[in-house]
Amino acid sequence: MSGNIILWCVAGLLSLAPAAVALVHWKSAGVTIYGACLVLTLGLLALAIMQLLGAGPALDVTLQIGLPWIGAHFRSDGLSALFMGLINLGGAAASLYGLGYGRHDHAPHRTLPFYPAFLGAMNLVVIADDAFTFLVSWEFMSLTSWALVMAQHRVAGNARAGYVYILMASFGTMALLLAFGLLAGPAGGYAFDVMRAGHAQFLSASLVLVLALVGAGSKAGLVPLHVWLPLAHPAAPSHVSALMSGVMTKVAVYAFVRITFDLLGQPVWWWGMLVLAAGGITTALGLLYALMERDLKRVLAYSTIENIGFIFVGLGLALAFQSNGLHAAAALAFTAALFHALNHTLFKSLLFMGAGSVLAATGERDLDRLGGLIHRMPVTAGLFLVGCAAISALPPLNGFVSEWLTLQAVLESPQLPQWGLKIMVPAIAALLALAAALAAACFVRAFGIGFLGRPRSEAAAQAHEVDRWSLAAMAVLALLCLLVGILPGFVIDGLAPVVSGLVGARMPSQSQEPWLSLVPVAAGKGSYNGLLVFCFVLVSGWLAAFAIHRLASRATRRAPAWDCGRPDPSPAAQYTAGSFAQPIRRVMGTLVFDAREIVVMPQPGDMTPARFTLESRDLIWEWLFLPIAAIVGAVAGRLNQLQFLTIRRYLTLVFLSLVILLLVLAIW
Amino acid sequence: MVIADFIVQGAQMLLVLVLAPLLTGFIRKVKARLQLRRGPSIFQPYRDLLRLCRKEVVMAENASWLFRVIPYIVLSATWVAASLVPTFATGLMFSWTADLIAIVALLGSARFFLALAGMDVGTAFGGIGASRESMIAMLAEPAMIMIVFVLALVAGSTQLSSVADFVLNTHVGLRVSLGLAMIALMMVTIAENARIPIDNPATHLELTMVHEAMVLEYSGRHLAVIELASSLKLLLYISLIACVFVPWGLASSGEGAAAYLLGGATYAAKLVVAGFVLAVFETSFAKMRVFRVSGFLGAALMLGLLGTLLLFVSRSI
Repeated sequence: MSGNIILWCVAGLLSLAPAAVALVHWKSAGVTIYGACLVLTLGLLALAIMQLLGAGPALDVTLQIGLPWIGAHFRSDGLSALFMGLINLGGAAASLYGLGYGRHDHAPHRTLPFYPAFLGAMNLVVIADDAFTFLVSWEFMSLTSWALVMAQHRVAGNARAGYVYILMASFGTMALLLAFGLLAGPAGGYAFDVMRAGHAQFLSASLVLVLALVGAGSKAGLVPLHVWLPLAHPAAPSHVSALMSGVMTKVAVYAFVRITFDLLGQPVWWWGMLVLAAGGITTALGLLYALMERDLKRVLAYSTIENIGFIFVGLGLALAFQSNGLHAAAALAFTAALFHALNHTLFKSLLFMGAGSVLAATGERDLDRLGGLIHRMPVTAGLFLVGCAAISALPPLNGFVSEWLTLQAVLESPQLPQWGLKIMVPAIAALLALAAALAAACFVRAFGIGFLGRPRSEAAAQAHEVDRWSLAAMAVLALLCLLVGILPGFVIDGLAPVVSGLVGARMPSQSQEPWLSLVPVAAGKGSYNGLLVFCFVLVSGWLAAFAIHRLASRATRRAPAWDCGRPDPSPAAQYTAGSFAQPIRRVMGTLVFDAREIVVMPQPGDMTPARFTLESRDLIWEWLFLPIAAIVGAVAGRLNQLQFLTIRRYLTLVFLSLVILLLVLAIW
Repeated sequence: MVIADFIVQGAQMLLVLVLAPLLTGFIRKVKARLQLRRGPSIFQPYRDLLRLCRKEVVMAENASWLFRVIPYIVLSATWVAASLVPTFATGLMFSWTADLIAIVALLGSARFFLALAGMDVGTAFGGIGASRESMIAMLAEPAMIMIVFVLALVAGSTQLSSVADFVLNTHVGLRVSLGLAMIALMMVTIAENARIPIDNPATHLELTMVHEAMVLEYSGRHLAVIELASSLKLLLYISLIACVFVPWGLASSGEGAAAYLLGGATYAAKLVVAGFVLAVFETSFAKMRVFRVSGFLGAALMLGLLGTLLLFVSRSI
C-alpha cells in the first residue's frame, strides 16, 4: 500500500516537469513548483522514515514499461528507504530554500522544469530493482543535473563545466553498465534478486568491484575521477548545488553499497584495501585542493570530495572486516559510513545554501571580495558557522560523531589477520586526522575570510540579510546538525536494520544506554556522550561568563583596532584566502601541487620592481586526463581521414571488413 | 557512594581551574632562575588575571558578537576537556562522557574558535596567527591520533581512566612503543601550547608569534579568560602525560581519604617535575623558524607510527 504511494509521489515529481514548462511564464510559477516539490519530498521523507522504523509494507512492484518481457522492477528495502530518506531530506530543504532563493533566478525556465525531474530521478535510482531501470534512472539523473549545471550557460566556464561533467557521467554509467553486465552473467538476469542469488566467480566479482568503484566513484567524486565535480557543482544555482553535493553524491554511495554489499556476495580482503586507499587519498587531497581555492562554492565542492573519501574509508573498513568474518566490527564501520552520509547531507546542504545566500546578497563568490558579512547578515553568518563547525568535526555537533565512530572502527583493526591491512589502516587513520585538521583550517578560512574582518569590496559592504524562506531552510538543517550530534544513539538504532541486513550484524542498541551515551563495542573500550558534552560546555561557559560578569569590570569601550600599534585602515591589509593558505601550501603544496614560489628581489639601488610568482599545477589533471585526451585526440585525428575517402576506397574498406569478420567467425 | 563520586569530579574541575595559573607561574619562575634572573612570584599569573579583570575592555570598532563570545567558548571547551583527564583519582564520575579522541576534538573546537577570533577584527596580525595555528594543528593532529592509537592498542581502550588503570594494575613493563608515544606526546604538547621552540609564549611585536598574534586584539576580562584557558590547556596536556605514562599514585574510585591525599600529593609532585623539565627544555633551545615546525611535528608523527608498527611486530612474535 505505502509502496504505491512512493511511486505516485515520484510520478508526481516527474510530472511537475512538464507542468513547469507550461507554467513558466506565470508570475508565481517558482513558488508553485518549489512548494509542490516541498510537499512531495516531505511525503516521501515521511514514507521512508516509516519504512525504516518498520511501519508500513515495502514497495514491490513491476511495471510493464521499459524492455519487453522484463519490465521495470521497483522495490524498496531498508537500504533504499535510508537513501530515499536522505534524498528527500535534502530535497525538502532545498525546495524550502528555493521558495525564497528562486526569486533571484534570472532564467527560471532553465531551472524549474529540471529541478523536480532531478528529484524524481534520484528517487527512482534508489527504488529501482533491476539493472535496466537502475541505469535508465541513473542516466536520467545525470542528464537532468547536467541541464541544471547548464542553467546559467552564459557565465564563463559553465559550458566547459557542463562538457566535462557529461563526459565523466557517461564514463561512469558505462562502467556501471559493464559491472551490471558481469553481474547478470551469461543468463542475463537483470533483476537484482537474480543477481543476488547467483554468485559471481572470483575474477569477475573483483572486476565488478573495480567497475563499481570507478562508476559510482566517478559520480561521487573519488580522486582521481573527481575533476568534473568542482567545476559542475558550483556552476548550478545554489539550491541545486546543495542537492548535487549533499544528495546526488549520496545516490552514488548508494550505488556502490548496493552493488558491493548487496549484490556481490562475500568480499575478498584486498577489496577493502582498494576502497580504503581510494577513500584515504580522496580525503586528504580533497581538502588540500579546497584550501587552495578562492571561490567559496568551489571550496565547498572540494570539501564534498573529502567527505566522500571519508564515507568510502568507512565502507572500505567494513569490507575489510566483513571479508574476515568480523561482523561486529564491520557493522561499526558500516554504521559510521552511513552516519557520515547523513551528516554530509545535512551540513553540506546547509553550507551551499549559505554560499547561495552570500551570492544573492553580494553577487560574489570570490572569498577575497567578501568579508565583514557577520555584521550585515548576522543570521546567515550564525547558521553558516554552525555548518562550518559541524563539517570540521567539532563536538558536540554531528560531524564529530561519525568521525569518532570511524576512528573506533579503525581501533578494531588489530583483529585483522592480513599484514597489508594491519599496516595500512593506521596510516589511513593518520590521513583521517590530517583531514580533520585540514577541514578545520579550511572552514576557519572560509568563514574567517568570507564573514569576518572588514569588507573587501563595495558589494560586501552593501550586503543585506536574505529572505525568510532561505533562513528557515538553513535553520532547520543547522538544528538537525545539533540534534543528530547530541542524540546520535537514535540515529544509530535507526540505521541498525539496514546495517544488519547488509553485513549480518548490528551495533549494540544505543538508545537504551544510560544517559544516552554511545558505546560502540564495550563500555571500557571507549564511549562518548554528545548530550553531556553539550550540557557541560553550556554549563561551564555559563558559569565562566556569570563569574566574570559578577566579578570583573563591565566597562567596555570601542576603539580603533590595536594591531601592534599600527593599524592599517585599508581592508587590503587583512589576510586573504591565499595568504591564509600559504603556510599549508608551503608544507604540503610542493608535494601535491608541485607548487613553487619564485621571489625576485632586486639589489639595493636597483629600481626594477620586486616580483613574486606562484606556480602550482593540478598533477592529476596533467598526468592522467591530459594524456588520455591527447591519445583520444590523436586516434580521432587518424580516423578522421576515413571521412575523406573516394567511393572505391570505401567499397574496399567495406569488403575487407566483411572478409575479416567472416574469417574470425570461421576460425572461432 | 554517588555523592563521593560527585565530590571527586567537582574537586577535579575546580582543582584544574585553580592550579592552572600556578603551573604557568611556576614555569616562568624556573625559567627566570635558569636565566639568572629573579623572576616574578609564582603567584603573578593570578595577579595578572585579577588586574585584567579590573580593567575595561577595549574592543576594536569592527569586532562582532562572535569576538565577545569566543573567550567563553574557548574556556568552557578547554575546561570540560581538562576536567575529564584524571589528575589525582581515576574512575571519575563522568569520565565515560568523552574518551581521549573526544578530548582532543574538544581542544580542536577551542582552537577553531580562537583562530576565528584572530580573524574577526580584520588585522594582519590576527590573520597571521590564525593561519599559522592552522598549519601547526594540521601537523599536530595526525601525530596526536597516532599516539592515541598506540595507547588504545596497548590498553585496549581510548578511555583515559581505563588506560591509567591498565598501566597501574598490569605489569606493562618497559614498552618501546609506549616510550615512543610518550616522546611524541611531549613534542605535541610543546607545539599545541605555543612553547619554545615552536612559538614563544612571552613575545609580542614579533613576526614569529603564533598564539599571541591571534589574541592580540583582546583586552580586559576577555583577555583574562583567554589567558586562563591557555594555562588550563598546558595543565591538561601535562596531566595527560602524567595520567597515562606515570599513573602511579592515582587514587581509584572509593578508596578513601588517605588515597585521595596521596593522589593529590603525587599529582603536585608530577606537576612540579613536568614544569621543571619544560622550563629546562625551553631555556636550552632557540625558537625555530615557522617552516621548521613541519620537521619537528613530522618527527612526532613518525614516532607515533613507529610505535604502532612496533606493537604489531611485538604482538606477532
